[in-house]
Amino acid sequence: MTAPILELKDIHSSYGNIDALKGISLKVYAGEIVTMIGANGAGKSTALMSICGVVPIKAGEIYYNGEAIHGKPADALPLLGLCQVPEGRRIFPRLSVEDNLELGAFFRKDQSNIVADMERAFALFPELKDRRKQLGGTLSGGEQQMLAIGRALMSRPKLLLLDEPSLGLAPLIVQRIFDIIHDINAEEGTTILLVEQNANIALQLAKRGYVLETGKIIMEDEAEKLLHNPEIRKAYLGEA
Amino acid sequence: MTPASKKLFKSYGLGLIWLFALLWPLLGIHADGTITFKNAIMVWLYVFAATLVILVFVLLRRAGLLSFMTVPLVRAGDAAGRSAKTLPGWTWVSAGLAFLLLFPQFTGRYETDVAINVLVYICLGLGLNIVVGLAGMLDLGYIAFYGVGAYTYALLSIHYQLSFWLALPVAASTACVAGCIIGYPTLRMRGDYLAIVTLGFGEIVRIILNNWMSLTNGPNGILGINPPGIYYPSFADGFSIEHLYLKKLHLVYYVILALAIITIIAVRRLNFSRIGRAWEAIREDETAAELMGVNTFRLKLLAYAMGALFGGLAGAFFSARMRFVSPESFTFIESATVLAMVVLGGMASIPGIVVGALALIVLPEVFREFELYRMLALGGAMVLMMQFRPEGIIPATRMGTRSEEKG
Repeated sequence: MTAPILELKDIHSSYGNIDALKGISLKVYAGEIVTMIGANGAGKSTALMSICGVVPIKAGEIYYNGEAIHGKPADALPLLGLCQVPEGRRIFPRLSVEDNLELGAFFRKDQSNIVADMERAFALFPELKDRRKQLGGTLSGGEQQMLAIGRALMSRPKLLLLDEPSLGLAPLIVQRIFDIIHDINAEEGTTILLVEQNANIALQLAKRGYVLETGKIIMEDEAEKLLHNPEIRKAYLGEA
Repeated sequence: MTPASKKLFKSYGLGLIWLFALLWPLLGIHADGTITFKNAIMVWLYVFAATLVILVFVLLRRAGLLSFMTVPLVRAGDAAGRSAKTLPGWTWVSAGLAFLLLFPQFTGRYETDVAINVLVYICLGLGLNIVVGLAGMLDLGYIAFYGVGAYTYALLSIHYQLSFWLALPVAASTACVAGCIIGYPTLRMRGDYLAIVTLGFGEIVRIILNNWMSLTNGPNGILGINPPGIYYPSFADGFSIEHLYLKKLHLVYYVILALAIITIIAVRRLNFSRIGRAWEAIREDETAAELMGVNTFRLKLLAYAMGALFGGLAGAFFSARMRFVSPESFTFIESATVLAMVVLGGMASIPGIVVGALALIVLPEVFREFELYRMLALGGAMVLMMQFRPEGIIPATRMGTRSEEKG
């Protein structure tokens, strides 16, 4: 196999005295969907925020396309093709849908391509097109998630980090969002690292999976195998 | 009586009791130890009567009994708005401009003086709006940049006889530098912490101006600053270029009018630019903006610098017009006034800030007899604003419209 697009080597990070990540190592290869599952407080979001440089890491190394990105400021990463859809969507509530999307392409200078990309985002999420002038905060939860994903796609990412896209959404909408994530990966070859609590749907979508527990990776396998692993089924899929 | 109005009367009654508990110690206990009730009860009765009338109106409105009055009013307002839109925007702009240009010709010294004040505060409000309204950083020490601009021109004028127009960019850039110096260490802070630190910096600047005797002449201030001058061709005897200091008030008015118009255009362009949108993104969610590739550090510093720049311009004009500066002009209350204009008028809304400046300068002039109650009225107005129009008098209609889609 070729070199991974993203590699974490023994990442430690903490909030004050509380260790959130106690040595996480993972690899993501170009073109695949990798998921990281785990319970509340396992450190999933911290891991993504550490990759993006929002939460500083105490020890360890992060490589993106062979380049060390630990210690880089968060705003330098979208330029390299690494973009995150943060947990809880975090769209800009008092900016219009269009302005939200436009901010995803903030660092880009190619105006004509930006317009084309916006049309592409609207093709992907037709409900956003009807609401292009509406303020982001007035959208429904599902629409906001679509907007957050659309906004990240505006940066033309090579690697997309998704933090709990299913959070607080109705099952039908979750299915729809995951179908779109699948399409983004299949049609554009965008590599995806997906963090989820909804282990079932995440493992069905992903190729490989990591299981995170209190800041450590306790299991790593093909998603298919994890899905049929009795321990995982018991702990994360609610089987007695 | 419905439960809703019961609740209303209950809180109204409680409020009145609370008011009396506050009023009586203030009015009833005298310095010589005597205790009276008459004064407090009289004032309390006035307040009671006034609020009762308002309450009755509120209740009538709720019951829909005033709709015979409000509905036609709203309709008339809508119709006026629609007919205003039938004429192209530039007619209104040029009509307004013509009015502003002719204003000092019709009015006296006093009115022109008030107008100059309003225009200065419009510049300040728009500058502060970049920091507070767009980038969302609460700055309580904004007047420091006004002071830096004012002292820059004052010192350049008395020591080097530098002309106002040459000193203007210098004053703007020193204010800009001051903005960066103050902005840099505060950028890691958010919300309340930022407000407190900027408050501290504002005071530091004032205290430096007050105590650096050798440079600023301390509390005595700097006298003898040159007013803005112009060169004009004269044909009186042959042809010559004459220099004239603009000492007449109505000429000074045109200088600040030009500055205010430039500020409005500049802020408007910034508002609708890519940078303006990024500022708004920072205001909405700093982390998310960072994740989208917005260099929040640089942009916040830029917001500080740009805000300070307009403050510096206004400051330079202030010292040129007063021909005297002293640290007393740059106290915290000035910062608070400018902030009040921004909040009252409508954050991130240029017409809102213009109206806010107009309201906070002109109304106190109109009601000069009630000067004692100015702060009371301002406080009351703020409370009412937050209740009924939290977005400001003229809220920003839609923030960050894409420039290519207007018009």
